[in-house]
Order: sequence, then structure tokens, then C-alpha cells
Amino acid sequence: MDLIFDGILQAFRLLFTLDREVLGIAWLSLKVSGLATLISLVLGIGLGTLIALTSFPGRKVLVSLVNTGMGLPPVVVGLFVSILLWRNGPLGFLELLYTPSAIVIAQSVIATPIVMGITIAAMQNLPANLRLQILALGATRTQLVWMLIKEARLPLMAGVMAGFGGVISEVGASIMVGGNVKGYTRVLTTATVMETGRGNFDIAIALSVILLLFCFLINYLLTLIQQRERPR
Amino acid sequence: MTTPAQVLELSGLTVRRGGAAILDIPSFSLGENDFVSLIGPNGAGKTTLLLAIMGLVEAGKGCSLSYRGTPVDSAAAQLAFRRRIAMVLQEPLLFDATVYENVASGLKIRGVGGQELKERVYAYLERFKLAEMAKRSARKLSGGEARRVSLARAFAVEPELIFFDEPFANLDPPTRQSLTDDMDRVIRERGIAAILVTHDQSEALRLSNRVVVLNGGSIVQDGTPAAVMNAPVNEFVANFVGMETILEGVVLVNREQQMTLKVGDLELDAVGEQAPGEQAYCCIRPENVTVSIDPPYSSSARNVFKARIVETASLGPLLRLRLDCGFPLTSYVTRESFAKLGLVQGGTVFASFKASSVHPITKR
Amino acid sequence: MNRILKLATGLMTCLMLTLLILSPAGAAPAQKNLILATTTSTQDSGLLDVLVPMFEKQTGYFVKTISVGSGQAMKMGEKGEADVLLVHSPEAEKTFMAQGFGVNRRLVMHNDFLILGPANDPAKIRGLKTAAEAFKKIAQAGALFLSRGDNSGTHAKEKGLWKAAGIAPEGQKWFQQTGLGMGETLNVAAEKHGYLLADRGTYLALNKKRHLGLEILVAGEPKLLNIYHVIEVNPAKWPKVNHAGARAFGDFMVAPATQGIVGSFGTKEFGAPLFFPDAGKKPESLGL
Repeated sequence: MDLIFDGILQAFRLLFTLDREVLGIAWLSLKVSGLATLISLVLGIGLGTLIALTSFPGRKVLVSLVNTGMGLPPVVVGLFVSILLWRNGPLGFLELLYTPSAIVIAQSVIATPIVMGITIAAMQNLPANLRLQILALGATRTQLVWMLIKEARLPLMAGVMAGFGGVISEVGASIMVGGNVKGYTRVLTTATVMETGRGNFDIAIALSVILLLFCFLINYLLTLIQQRERPR
Repeated sequence: MTTPAQVLELSGLTVRRGGAAILDIPSFSLGENDFVSLIGPNGAGKTTLLLAIMGLVEAGKGCSLSYRGTPVDSAAAQLAFRRRIAMVLQEPLLFDATVYENVASGLKIRGVGGQELKERVYAYLERFKLAEMAKRSARKLSGGEARRVSLARAFAVEPELIFFDEPFANLDPPTRQSLTDDMDRVIRERGIAAILVTHDQSEALRLSNRVVVLNGGSIVQDGTPAAVMNAPVNEFVANFVGMETILEGVVLVNREQQMTLKVGDLELDAVGEQAPGEQAYCCIRPENVTVSIDPPYSSSARNVFKARIVETASLGPLLRLRLDCGFPLTSYVTRESFAKLGLVQGGTVFASFKASSVHPITKR
Repeated sequence: MNRILKLATGLMTCLMLTLLILSPAGAAPAQKNLILATTTSTQDSGLLDVLVPMFEKQTGYFVKTISVGSGQAMKMGEKGEADVLLVHSPEAEKTFMAQGFGVNRRLVMHNDFLILGPANDPAKIRGLKTAAEAFKKIAQAGALFLSRGDNSGTHAKEKGLWKAAGIAPEGQKWFQQTGLGMGETLNVAAEKHGYLLADRGTYLALNKKRHLGLEILVAGEPKLLNIYHVIEVNPAKWPKVNHAGARAFGDFMVAPATQGIVGSFGTKEFGAPLFFPDAGKKPESLGL
């Protein structure tokens, strides 16, 4: 009990004294996962909208694949991204392995199907005739797509946050492609694993508290969004 | 071939879905100030026709469309043409934004901005009594308010043509009435052509100068409301419009809603609010018309006419009689009374109906 | 739809470019980056947190320390995915060198392995002179033993000791493999009151932070020494490796100043050093 209590106490001390290392790790996590989410937002919403608004043979199979991808295990992604980014691998010339960019890439791969799947669902949940109504208002195709995205913005935001929540709390891919290099690719989750192994429970708890805080904020926003309704 | 009076001319329109033709319209045109009521059963192709005109469903080869004599034959021309039209669908389909933003949406699509946008949006907000709720979220509107916003949004782009696809379905009668009045008023003020898909015959009579009946993707009848209602071209139209008798008349006197109208050479008693001199359609439902061999002395019916039986037709347990009493009139009788009265086609009877059975609709 | 496609492609290209610009590999010369594959024990003890910043400051290299087991570290070297290794698995290292994957293997330091166990010592091994005797008694008693099982240097050492004792523990009920790093395995052993083989540095560092309830039962045999070598990955096999950086890191590790720090690391905190500097010595001098 002492251990947990002391750990929590020390954790808050680290938080309130703005411990540089802890804050640095938290900030890197935010940056990396935020950028990954941004990328998955553009790719996921773009491709998701494209799939939702067009019909082509094999569309159902593709949508099922995307939905499967929503649960892509991070370690699997980590493994494949590592193989691609190895020095002597196909993308080795980019020298991206063990860099924050590598984590961004892996996390984008994890988050994109999540955002994409939710985008497809959100687009299909819009009233069927809304597309006709927008075109009847004189919209071009581009204006149509833009307005539909705007209409689905709440569920899309939920998708983006689900993606962010997924990547900021994953550890498998980050440690594999990032390498947990101190001050460089050490993010909240990988640092927590390492500090626990080292027996630095106070730091581990402090990091967990920050991670929990992020997750709580995300879920709070999600709840706010989900409780809104569409107009008639 | 183009006559200047035609706003819209369409020919050779076919639309296929899953191999079957769902719309086949050799020609259709819309004149200046035409207000067309488009009627027909579900699946007749009414909505598809509107969408086809707007280029929102793919038409088969050989379709040509011209607007005021200029062919609409390219993607650019089609977009420009679509931007001359506004369409109000069955559901309000508002955007998740404020009332102001909703009314502004069509203008913004057309690139209108700044002060001009604001002025035009407010003009239409006021016209549709929405100025007070401009900042309100569209999510917080009642059904009637939402439809009012969707009307304002359609009219705000100042269209040259406007289409309505059963715009006020599922609303309570007073709301429906008030919205219909607003819609009608603005259409007349702007002097634009309109097409209204409706299931309500009295609405069609009251608003339009032309009724087009669509069935199975084809136009079966196209004429004035009275012509379509009184002289259906075939059994389908007859059954669809319900064989209500519709007569055109002029109000002679109106004393506390008890009024007399002149229909041809004859006079009809009716109950209504139209003022003397006003033109009105008189609608009489066949189940309210009784027939007898002798004049009905003790009846409360104010309207009694001597009539000839032009045609009898079976409607299951009922027979439908088409009578001629100086104007066409339809009546239903049971088979039993038909036999008891010894009625025959070509025979003479007295047709009677109460003043309150005559439903007058003001004619524009 | 074409326009949407174009838009999507355009955006994707933009993002990829942003990503490349953001990546430090694009900003700094490639040679600046040095991948050091090492064992969890060097990282978990905190030694590298002291040495790596010093090295970076002295040389300007940027070290990416990837801390894995010795086995995986050497695998990375075999594939040319690491530039320099700091490992402690002498037998495997010899094979690695013989196959030509590494060059310039240099002795850096040692510490020693300890056989730890719960204070009540159910297998009665306290004070035994050799690991072989202790392992035999543990097997006889069927007392819980926790193995790293992760192909690390410690795991390799442990396997060698079992072999020397003439016991095949795998599959036995009392023998459990954690598959985790040294620190985590120590935590598991503490929770489950088991025996284990651990390196002194990690044990002292961890026990200082949290009393593990594990005691040193057998220690001091030359066979229990834990010897670290630095190996440069052979640039002839993998032209892409940063050999200059690897050489610089090797030189740094055996430099007298560094060796001094290695020798004093942990003294202040634990009262005794965690590592003993051995640069320049022959392995035989350690009693092997």
C-alpha cells in the first residue's frame, strides 16, 4: 500500500513541479499522436468520404476490410512498419526507423482505418436525400462533398478522437518503430513500461496519470458530441 | 420550334433503373407563370421527373432540354441551369447550423458574400417571418418552423423555377395552410413558374392552373384542373382523382356564408366565404348526391336538379352514375336502390344535395 | 468524383512531404545518427543515461539507444540494423564475430550475476559455492525459479549454468519464463517469492527503490561474471552502417575517463559500484 500511496504522492509532485523529463515525454506524446491523428484525419475522412459517396464493385468487401482495420493490433502495425523502415528494407533510404516520424507513420496506419470506418458510417447515417438537397441548392460536386463533411462533422470529430485515443495509448508500435530513445522517441506509454521495469513506480504513475488525463478529456469531449442531435 | 412563352422544353426523356424504364416522357414543357400540380400514385415517377429536369438523375440518350430557347447541353450549362431552380423536398433537410446559415446556404454556394448576402438573407427571413429566430440552431425548430426555413432557403436564391415535392406532408392542417399560403404568395409576387408534387386535390385546384397526371412513368393527362377532374381521359385518372364533381362558378350572393353561385345557366346553393363576384370551383363528392324518381319534397337538400343518366359503372356493391343536369355530376347508389328505383341508363332522375355538400374553392 | 480523387492525392502528397521535413533524419546529416543496440540491464541500471549524453556532447553524434536482449541486439547487428552493440553474452558474441558480422570486439566492463531468492530459502542454497550446486538443489526442491526466457545475455548465461548443472529445466512445473526484461523479471520474482539469476547492477538499483524481499544467496563464482563487450557492426557486410560513429562509441567506452565513471557509477547511491571497468584487460584475467 505504501508503495502505491508514495508513488501517487511522488507522481503529483512531479506533475506540479513540472518535472522537465515527464513534461517532455507528455509533450512528445501529444505531438506525435496529434500529428498522426491529423494525418489519419485527412486520409481517413478523404478516403472514407470517397468510399461512402461512390458505388463500385467490391465496395462491401472494402468496407468490411476498413472495419477490420479499425481493430488493427498495434504490434502488428509496428512489425510491418519496422520491416518497411529497416535500413535495408524497402523504405530504408528514408532513415526513419527509431525517429518520431516512424511513430507518426505507425500511429497513422493504426488511426486511419478508425477515422475511415467512422467516416463511412457517419456519411451513410446522413439523411438519404441530403445529397439531392445540396445539389438542388446549386452545389458543384466539390461543394457537395465539403458540405456533407460539414454536416457529418460531429460524428467525424468523434472518429478523430477515437483515433487519437487509440494511438496515444498504444505501446506496441511505438516501442517497435520508435525504440524508446530517451528524449527523442520516448512517449508516455513506452516510458511507463520502461519505468515500471526499472522500478521507478513514481514516474510510471505520474506518466499514467497524464495519460489518464488525456484519455478522460477525449472521452469527455466524445460524450458531449454524442449527446447532440441532428436537425430535422 | 421554340415559342417564347415556353420557359422550359423537354423532349425524349427516359430514365431507366435496373434495366426497366421508370420514366418515359416524349415531351413536356412549362410556360411562363405556369403552376403545375403533378399528381399520380406512389412510384409513378413524379420525383424522378423533377430530378431529371434538374439533371440529378441520369437520363437516357436522346433527351434534350432547353431553357428559354437555349439548350442545356453541357455540364457547365447544366450547373448554370440547376442554379436557376430551387427545389423543396419532402423533409426539410436543414443543415446543422443556424437558421441564418441555412437560408444563406444556397447563396453562399453561388458565391454571394458580404453585405449583399446579409441583405438578401434577411429579406427572405423577414418574408417568411423567421427574422426573430435567425440565430437559432436548426436543431431546435418545430416541424412547421423547419419547413418554413427550408422554404426561405429555396426562395432566397431567387430562382426562376421552383419545384416542390410534397413539401408539407405530415403537418397539421393550420400549419400546412399557412405555409402553403406563404409559398403561393411568394411565387406570385416573383412571377415564377412552379411544379408541385401533391396528393391533395384541393391544394392542386387552389394553387395550380395546370394538372399533370403521371402513371407508370408516363404522362396520362395534362390539362386545367377542371378538365382533369371532370373529364378524366381514362379509368385510371378517373379512379385516381376520385370522380369528384368540380364545377366552375361565380358567386352571386353571400349572406352569412349562405351563398348562391351561378354555374352555367344554373344556380347552386353552397356554404362558404367567397364574396359576390368571386370565381370559385364547386366540389361535390359523389356519395353526397342522392337520386330519386320524383322530386324530394321533404328533403333538406337545397340543390335539386333534373338529370339524365349518362353512364352507369360498377364499383363493387355500389354503382357509379354519371349524370347530366346541365353540368356533369357523379353519384353513387347501392345496387339495391338502383333496382328498386327501376333506374336505367338514359332515364331521367332528380339529383339532390345539400348546400353544405358543396365545397367552394376560390379560383385564381 | 475525379476532383475528389485529385484532392485526396494532393493532400496525401502534402502530408508525406510534411512528414519528411519533420523527420530529423532529413534535417541532420545521416552520419549523425548512431544506433546502439544494447541490453536491458545497461539501460535499467541507469548507466547509459549517464554515458550516452556525455558521448553525444563530446562527439556530436545522436545516439538512438535501443534496449533489447543481447540476443536481439546481435540479431539487429546481423541485419545491419544497428551500428554498435554493447552486449554481455560472450558465447554468442564469439559466434557473431566468427561469422564476420562484427569487428573490433572490445572488453568494456563486468559486473556479476547473483542467484537471488526469498529470505526463507526453501531450497536451502544460501552460502553454496557454485551456481551448479545451487541450481541442482533448486531443481531437487522443485522451488519456483523465474527465467528471463527472452534470449538476453542474462538468459544465455542462465542456460549455460543449467547445462553445467546437468539439468534441463524447460517444461518443469517449477520453472517459469517471464519473457520480460531484468527489472520486470525481478519484480515478478519478488511478487511470486521465486529464485532467479540477476545482474548485480539492476538488482541493487531496483532494490534501492523498492524493497524486493529477495536476498543474495549465491555469488562470487568466476562463472557468474557478467562481461560486457562493445562490438562494431561490420561495415563490409552492411555499407549503410555508421561505422565512424560505431568506432567513436567503442573508443569512448574504453577511454580512461569513461572507465573511471563506469567504476564509480552507483557508489554514491548504493554504497558499492555496480560495474567494474575492464578496458584493456584480457578476459582470462577475470578468471574465465
